[in-house]
Amino acid sequence: MQCQHCNNHATVHLTEIINGKRIEKHLCEQCAQKEGITINSQGAITELITNLANAQEEVREVRELCCPQCSLSWLEFRKSGLLGCPNDYRAFEIPLSAIIARTQEGATSHIGKLPKNPKGTMDKQISLLRLRQELQEALDHEDYENAARLRDKIRNMN
Amino acid sequence: MQLSEIYNQVGPWLDPKGPRSEVVITSRIRLARNIVGFTFLSQASAAQQNELLQFVHEKIMETELRDGIWFVNMEDISPLERQMLTERHLISKQLAEEEGPRGVMLMQDESLAMMVNEEDHLRIQAMSSGLQLQRLYERISRVDDLLESRMEFAFSPQYGYLTACPTNVGTGIRVSVMLHLPALKMTGQMEKVFRAARDLHVAVRGFYGEGSEPIGDLFQISNQTTLGKTEEGIIEELIRQAIEPVIEYELRARKKILEERLPALDDKIYRALGVLDNARLISSEETMYLLSYLRLGVHMERIKTISLETINRLFFFTQPGHLQHLNRKKLDTQQRDQARADFIRRELHASRN
Repeated sequence: MQCQHCNNHATVHLTEIINGKRIEKHLCEQCAQKEGITINSQGAITELITNLANAQEEVREVRELCCPQCSLSWLEFRKSGLLGCPNDYRAFEIPLSAIIARTQEGATSHIGKLPKNPKGTMDKQISLLRLRQELQEALDHEDYENAARLRDKIRNMN
Repeated sequence: MQLSEIYNQVGPWLDPKGPRSEVVITSRIRLARNIVGFTFLSQASAAQQNELLQFVHEKIMETELRDGIWFVNMEDISPLERQMLTERHLISKQLAEEEGPRGVMLMQDESLAMMVNEEDHLRIQAMSSGLQLQRLYERISRVDDLLESRMEFAFSPQYGYLTACPTNVGTGIRVSVMLHLPALKMTGQMEKVFRAARDLHVAVRGFYGEGSEPIGDLFQISNQTTLGKTEEGIIEELIRQAIEPVIEYELRARKKILEERLPALDDKIYRALGVLDNARLISSEETMYLLSYLRLGVHMERIKTISLETINRLFFFTQPGHLQHLNRKKLDTQQRDQARADFIRRELHASRN
């Protein structure tokens, strides 16, 4: 069978159900990779995650998710099994919560140890992340005035 | 302190007299933590990774841990030294082999290792001999508190400690014990253990953890779930559901062999001793395989002239990295096999005197 996108031999066969409509895909390895469908993965855990992610019905909104903080996309996560920053737990909340429940025997919330002095809420943690990124960008552009200002801001948050 | 001080001795975590040491070699617990304000490793540039490494190093040195620990920058040590730290189970293969700014902070007695920039920003590991997970958790939790007094860990009220891989989220804890299961292997019952482990959501792995093959009848059992349970609950459940039953099966299998197949058992043990005593070339794999019988022989009191200390030492010092360090030069496979055989003969001889 030929790949739907090019003339290569199709080796990846996928059936997706999108909005109740069954869609079959027959792709070669390269085209499958371009669409974010993985064939090989490094570890057993990565494989588990990618299998679970692939098995989910992924509406377009999910496939296009991307974290505004670290710019990791959902499709990239599906390939590597690794998240890019704490904000991903928010940015990918809907598809990720299903994967977490599956890999954690159905558990969806933490009941273990709590930080002794939680200084920051999630919002504060994420604004700190953003400030540090802006600081890095300022340093990359040799904008030392801005960098000094950002550094003060970070210091005040701690 | 020099790295060679670590290489030339064996830490107390290999003490052969730990609780349940007839089956349990070591207990280990690791906590995965990430620092607020930094992206996870996969999305961080080399500059950001370096900043994080410096930050964590600096902050840990502000705690009372500073006097007992030693910082090793992975980029400052040789591949051979990295290999030895891996063989000693002080760092992971990933930390040894990947590139980029990364390091480890080691407690001098090898009871604590903190890897920076592995899969997560920080992987705190504590180890001890025998089965003592509760004590180990109290210890590692105190270390976690100390670190937390100097830095803030990424945490969400719903998901707990946030980790790069969602399979570690929540407690970020991995509890594992290394078990010596020669009798289950001899009686062909390991498959049963693997099957039971799968049903219990428990991982059974080889000597070097994830993705490694069992060598010398050494297996690691560890938890897979990290969310929706307390740390103490995870430990208690792992012990009750997996570790204790496996220890019991192993001891029952040993008893059965002793009662029903004593000549076959003695034959295996004494052949192993014969080869180790006389070989002039021996591979790492064969060594582990034979040492396993020797260890069984000592525990079942079939051999009384060799100490468990010696056997534990041999398990580690006959690994390729350690051997090359002992000989102070790079050795090819055949030279290693020769050096290994020589070393084993010397150690066994010294043990008897």
